[in-house]
Amino acid sequence: MSNLFNSMLGWVDKRFPLSSNWKAHLSEYYAPKNFNFWYFFGSLALLVLVNQLITGIFLTMNYKPDASMAFASVEYIMRDVDYGWLIRYMHSTGASMFFVVVYLHMFRGMMYGSYRKPRELLWLVGMAIFFVLMSLAFTGYILPWGQMSYWGAQVIVSMFGAIPMVGETLQQWLLGDFTLSDAALNRFFAYHVVTLPLVLLVLVFVHILALHETGSNNPDGVEIKENKNAATGIPVDGIPFHPYYTVKDIVGVVVFLFVFCGIIFFAPEMGGYFLEYNNFIPANTLQTPDHIAPVWYFTPYYSMLRAVTVNFLGIDAKLWGVILMAGSVVIFCFLPWLDRSPVKSIRYKGPYFKIALGLFVISFFVLGWLGTKSPTPLYTLLAQIFTVIYFAFFILMPLYSKIDKTKPEPKRLKE
Amino acid sequence: MKKTVNLVLIAIFSVVSLSAYGSESGIPLDKAPVNIDDNASLQRGAESFVNYCLTCHGASYMRYNRHRDIGFSNEDIMNKLVHTGQKSGDLMLSSMRKKEGEEWFGVVPPDLSVIARSRGADWLYTYLRTFYRDEGTATGWNNLTFDRAAMPHVLYQLQGEQKLVVKTGDKGEQKSLVLDKAGQLNSAEYDKFVGDLVNYLVYLGEPHANERKDLGIKVMLFLLGMFVLSYFLKKEYWKDIH
Repeated sequence: MSNLFNSMLGWVDKRFPLSSNWKAHLSEYYAPKNFNFWYFFGSLALLVLVNQLITGIFLTMNYKPDASMAFASVEYIMRDVDYGWLIRYMHSTGASMFFVVVYLHMFRGMMYGSYRKPRELLWLVGMAIFFVLMSLAFTGYILPWGQMSYWGAQVIVSMFGAIPMVGETLQQWLLGDFTLSDAALNRFFAYHVVTLPLVLLVLVFVHILALHETGSNNPDGVEIKENKNAATGIPVDGIPFHPYYTVKDIVGVVVFLFVFCGIIFFAPEMGGYFLEYNNFIPANTLQTPDHIAPVWYFTPYYSMLRAVTVNFLGIDAKLWGVILMAGSVVIFCFLPWLDRSPVKSIRYKGPYFKIALGLFVISFFVLGWLGTKSPTPLYTLLAQIFTVIYFAFFILMPLYSKIDKTKPEPKRLKE
Repeated sequence: MKKTVNLVLIAIFSVVSLSAYGSESGIPLDKAPVNIDDNASLQRGAESFVNYCLTCHGASYMRYNRHRDIGFSNEDIMNKLVHTGQKSGDLMLSSMRKKEGEEWFGVVPPDLSVIARSRGADWLYTYLRTFYRDEGTATGWNNLTFDRAAMPHVLYQLQGEQKLVVKTGDKGEQKSLVLDKAGQLNSAEYDKFVGDLVNYLVYLGEPHANERKDLGIKVMLFLLGMFVLSYFLKKEYWKDIH
């Protein structure tokens, strides 16, 4: 039997680099042996991606991208398609969980300095994935054509209109109409099911390729490749990804699925955060809801969009909002060059970085919470304060990361 | 047992239940007696829905024959629910045309298929019990939960007629309703009637909710088993690392 297998494998290997790739990326890809809890989220993001692709394919079989039929077709899936409700909840819960997992994955990178040299490109590709993910979430959220789909999209689309000179033309070009209508629904559907998933898949592939070129960072921020066994050339602190991390990630997957399925089966609306109550009302182009709130994962940026209330520096308040909102996401791309600390990991960084990161996390949550609320003078003031803190984390980083009192990085992994 | 497990799981996974449901007038909402395991209540609610609501509102994403889920036989469905010459596999469409609705009420009465998911059961339960006589409106009715609701009090023969009492105290205006003319049902009976109806609307919003929870328990049990296996598999492999 094993002879037959070996000869078949030999046949394939002469024609396709199967064994060599298996070795390069799994059985002889050496990862640091001290990965902790935070290192589960990369593989989990991959799992959710597969979930979204598969459930998405089944949803397109019954969904109708037509403004007069979209809402009804989603309810048709929920009621009349066999296990349609399950597929739909897997997809809607998957969208939110994608962001949960990716936010934690990014936070891991920020804690342990995974964006630092030599992983700058890896980080940038990751940021590109994040942008595509946001576009996917946005275009996907429009498809059920409920009140929040429609009016949420109105808010986002009107942002393009705020761009000077080209804004209005750009907006019309995006929508294919003067207002958000059936034409826009059709093209957003095309982006959501063809264009963006294709780009996402390519970027994820590149992300993993870049990761396997530099090797993984770890909670100590130590480069394991700098300490290789002289005889074998294998990093002393490295272990083969397969089987060690494959079996470990399976545990992570099961625990994650416990949470994921718990939501799908017992709280699919997640208290109105994963599926907003107002989105169970079909889109009404004539009736603006009193309160437009995006889904939770966009609320921090939405807060910043609304935070600017006065025109200054000759720029319109609305445009400032757009600039801040875009800036709040794009600014992550500069992290590799903003961080001047001699060490990578939070374990060896000093109090300034820890306080700054703590404040950043608090501001992210507070802005997220504010984004779900109707603005009041107090809330707007809070949004302004926390927007400043959010940006200060990045802008002041070259300063505080340099003067911070760090501990010496060890030569080898500590655990 | 199954129900307890369900409740525990729902409690765990709806940690964020800061309700986003709105009540325009801000009056406190009464808790609706929702229990979608209670087929008798759902059946009563379904019949009331067909008799009182379906004339103007549609439930146009729902098929009549889906009601086998709540214990109706095919004959029951044809006899008790289908009154308009439709077939049992048809969607529950309103018998009123959109244009007529707009002429009569100023707005097209909304489809009720997922109304419990957008409004919430408690809002509906309170709303259907807070109509009062108001000569200042086009219909002669107003509602404490939804001011100037376009819908007249369709159930007034059952509930009777309430009138608004406004008391000005130290806390400002206090609005309450008192029964002016008695209806066919007493207050407790009417609450039960509306309770059944709202319970049915919750079922109507997501007919597969019970199936969802039942399947959920099996999936969670499977995952528990998987956890034990995967945990020991990992431990076995990692023995030589630590």
